[in-house]
Amino acid sequence: MAEFLFEIFCEEIPARMQVRAGEDLSKALVDGLKKAGLTVEKEHCYTGPRRLVFTADIPLRSPDISEERKGPRVGSPEQALAGFMRGAGISDISEAQIRTDPKKGEFYVAVIEKSGEESSAIIADLIPAIMNNFPWPKSMKSGRSNFRWVRPLQSMVCLLDGKVVEFEVGGVATGNTTEGHRRHGKGPFTVKGFDDYRKQLEGKGHVMVCSCERKAKILEDARKACVAKGLELVEDEGLLNEVAGLAEWPVVILGDMDPSFLELPGEVIRLSMRTHQKYFAVRDPKTGKLAPNFIVVANQDAPDGGIEIAKGNSKVLSARLADAQFFQSEDAKKQLIEYYEKLDTVVFHKKLGSIKDKAERVAALAYELAPKLGADAEAAKQAAKLAKCDLVTNMVVEFTSLQGQIGAQMYRAEQSDEVESIAVAIEEHYKPQGPSDSVPTNPVAVTVALADKMDTLVGFWAIDEKPTGSKDPFALRRAALGLVRIILENNVRLKLGDLVMFHFVPFARMQIGAQASALKSDSVSLEKVIPPLADLTVDDYARNILSKIGSGRIFDEAVVPKSEDLLAFIIDRLKVYLREKGIRHDLIDAVFALGEDDLVAIVNRVEALQSFLGTSEGENLLAGYKRAANILKAEAKKGDLPSGEIGTLSQSEARDLQQSLSKAKPEIDAALASESYSTAMTALSELRGPIDAFFENVMVVAEDETERANNLRLLGMIRDTARQIADFELISG
Amino acid sequence: MAKNDTKPLSFQGLILTLQNYWAAQGCVILQPFDTEVGAGTLHPATVLRSLGPKPWNVAYVQPSRRPADGRYGENPNRLQHYYQFQVIMKPNPKNFQDLYLGSLDAIGVDRDLHDIRFVEDDWENPTVGAWGLGWEVWCDGMEVSQYTYFQQVGGLELDMVSGELTYGLERLAMYVQNVDNVYDLVFTEANEANGTPEVLYGDVFHQNEVQQSTYNFEHSNTENTLKKFEMAEQECMALLALDNPLPLPAYEHALKASHLFNLLDARGVVSPTQRQEYIKRVRDLAKGCADAHVKVEETMTEKAWS
Repeated sequence: MAEFLFEIFCEEIPARMQVRAGEDLSKALVDGLKKAGLTVEKEHCYTGPRRLVFTADIPLRSPDISEERKGPRVGSPEQALAGFMRGAGISDISEAQIRTDPKKGEFYVAVIEKSGEESSAIIADLIPAIMNNFPWPKSMKSGRSNFRWVRPLQSMVCLLDGKVVEFEVGGVATGNTTEGHRRHGKGPFTVKGFDDYRKQLEGKGHVMVCSCERKAKILEDARKACVAKGLELVEDEGLLNEVAGLAEWPVVILGDMDPSFLELPGEVIRLSMRTHQKYFAVRDPKTGKLAPNFIVVANQDAPDGGIEIAKGNSKVLSARLADAQFFQSEDAKKQLIEYYEKLDTVVFHKKLGSIKDKAERVAALAYELAPKLGADAEAAKQAAKLAKCDLVTNMVVEFTSLQGQIGAQMYRAEQSDEVESIAVAIEEHYKPQGPSDSVPTNPVAVTVALADKMDTLVGFWAIDEKPTGSKDPFALRRAALGLVRIILENNVRLKLGDLVMFHFVPFARMQIGAQASALKSDSVSLEKVIPPLADLTVDDYARNILSKIGSGRIFDEAVVPKSEDLLAFIIDRLKVYLREKGIRHDLIDAVFALGEDDLVAIVNRVEALQSFLGTSEGENLLAGYKRAANILKAEAKKGDLPSGEIGTLSQSEARDLQQSLSKAKPEIDAALASESYSTAMTALSELRGPIDAFFENVMVVAEDETERANNLRLLGMIRDTARQIADFELISG
Repeated sequence: MAKNDTKPLSFQGLILTLQNYWAAQGCVILQPFDTEVGAGTLHPATVLRSLGPKPWNVAYVQPSRRPADGRYGENPNRLQHYYQFQVIMKPNPKNFQDLYLGSLDAIGVDRDLHDIRFVEDDWENPTVGAWGLGWEVWCDGMEVSQYTYFQQVGGLELDMVSGELTYGLERLAMYVQNVDNVYDLVFTEANEANGTPEVLYGDVFHQNEVQQSTYNFEHSNTENTLKKFEMAEQECMALLALDNPLPLPAYEHALKASHLFNLLDARGVVSPTQRQEYIKRVRDLAKGCADAHVKVEETMTEKAWS
């Protein structure tokens, strides 16, 4: 085995792309070398701000291979022989061997000998191909060249067993020299192999080659620098990864700032430091509060020990935080609700109106939902209107990730009799933002969060902007999963299908309104015809409104199919969510097929079903059900099922089954009514014995017509009773 | 901040130093373009000359106007009129980064004491359909330049890539001179022999900031500005629609339209939806100019004047 060393040296690679690029390079090289027949051992990849480095042990040559190719029978037609010779690369059939097979007789075999190839030649072919198609998230051309790389390529070291492997990529030729740190040890350095490369770079070159070591050094030095001043580092893995990608020779410096900035919210300070300046925050270990300090990671040892660097960075941070203070005081000149009108200037989606339009819809929905969720309707409506107001404050424009938090803070500061649940709702209504984020629990917050997500989902369904494949630009999957989690984790009971359909109303109105105003008709009068949501079912209500405002067709043709489609989408998210909890998705289908759209009920039922099917009663009952259903299906094909009379069953097993059923049926009905699903299933499982006995002893499709009709009728009742619990048809197994 | 033993450069000294430095690298030293622009990039010496297959190296100062950034002379960091120093090298030479770092040395940034970094920042200017990859250059955490490799201009893919540098001169000078208020910058040093006094940035520009801010925010005539925008747009389109289009004057009218839009925006009379529409109108003009310019250039293989 020989050592292979490859370094790509280029201008500064964005920190966020380095690690991935190293993995991609390493994988492409290892795969390519292996495909060429080389074994690859001890492969390592190193990444940094200006270089990707790969090392491995590989043989100097790929092995010789001998490959046999079977051909046609001896004496085959000319054409078949010619084709075989062409494929095998032989010019005369005498070059092929003749073998004998008891079945096939005599046939030709061509033995193709491929001699191995120099590894250096393999490398010289492989690397240009890899680099010409490298999967950078964004790449660029430079100068006159058409070669694309993340930033201009400067040089390449490519050594096999200490000797340069010669090739060119993008007009740059390989060699055995590299460059070190710009300021501390530019070089050039001529290298013999990886150990030498690393020794020279980490010595005179002042480049720490390994990102893990840079990270470890930064973390250790940062902790030490803090402890030396009686402080504590606020650790941040993401930031650590980033700064380790911004310095070849990381030097940690503790800087300080004007303590008066600590009046700003801690999150604002931390974000300013992190996103704009890439500094670590520092806290006082005694109080846990931020200290007027920061950790900056420089890329060099300055002769003054970093005093000037700390001073410069401190000045930039001060300017940033002074801006934040200015924004905060500007924002505080108005009350939160006074920003509401301005939401009209921010487009939510061009077909769905402004953020204000959205807030109006969410507020109306929250008002209707609140009583079902144990929240105060007025508070929910108010919270929904306030929830989006901070989007147009200076602070949130500057620090987008603080949306919600800034609004809640302003609300708390300006209200003497502030309603805490409204503040919580403003802050938490975006939750959960991802699968690991927590869900709101305060009833008002739950209401607004639910209404907000529902509005987003229904809105995008209304305008046919559903996610497709991997494309989900409006994060609708996340919204639906959030909705599912809020409902389940708060045990919210509601008919989701009704809710979805109900919320299509404002969108349908919007479309009709747009059509109406396009026709220059008076759309204002539409308001007057909308009745209050009285005792009508939601369905009737929606249909009623939509028919009154011009087009009943919209309801049947657009709203109903879209509602169903959206509901199915939400159920899909439910399956994904439950799959992680080990729940079978076919059981969800089996329950959902009954028309159940109360997610909590679905889950309770599915859980009971899953544990029931795990028992031998369950398993046998499922088998019995399927047998009954299959017989019924087969019979149904022959024509309408006869309507038998179960009072006149002739055989004792059939009568036993009928009696068990009439005993179990009311128990099942009662259990289902009180949502005691496991009780219902226990009652159903009482039928197992009688069903088994029935199938064992009774000829269902009897000769006698009456008897057959009666038996089928009995089976039909069994099936229908079981179907009250789940559609067992959809359960696999 | 300069090395301890030398006096930091004055504002005009900074400009002269950069001009001399880039002249020595083979750049044409141009003077500012004589119509209002929002950034040095918009100068035809960048937008139009970065198109096509001809090499072009240039450096120039460009006054830039951003009406909405006016603060009546009360903010120490924000101006509605400020200077950018712009360098274009096409094709970008292999040592462009080193040349840039050399320019920092030339203006007295001690790179031993100060930490220079290239932090990812992809540049985009939608109004001229241009984008490129590059960095913000940080000096001790402060952005001192924008460094970009152009990939597309006027909506056209570039076959020859330009390296572009933009130095924000006021900010850089504040750093070099270590002052916190832009108006305190030394614009011109005193000359004791002649008895000429020291001149500060505020002496030159403070009143201009006060009056221009007042105009931009309070007195610009919206109706007339709108008319002027439309006139500039029509003029540009008419010049492009000629049998032999005139992209150079057309582009000047596109720039005027762009500035007039900025003026309307500063007056707060442009809604977000309209905003997108205006930007698109200006982009269409710029794109039309770029297309026409490339076509005209293609016909000129010889030096037409010799």
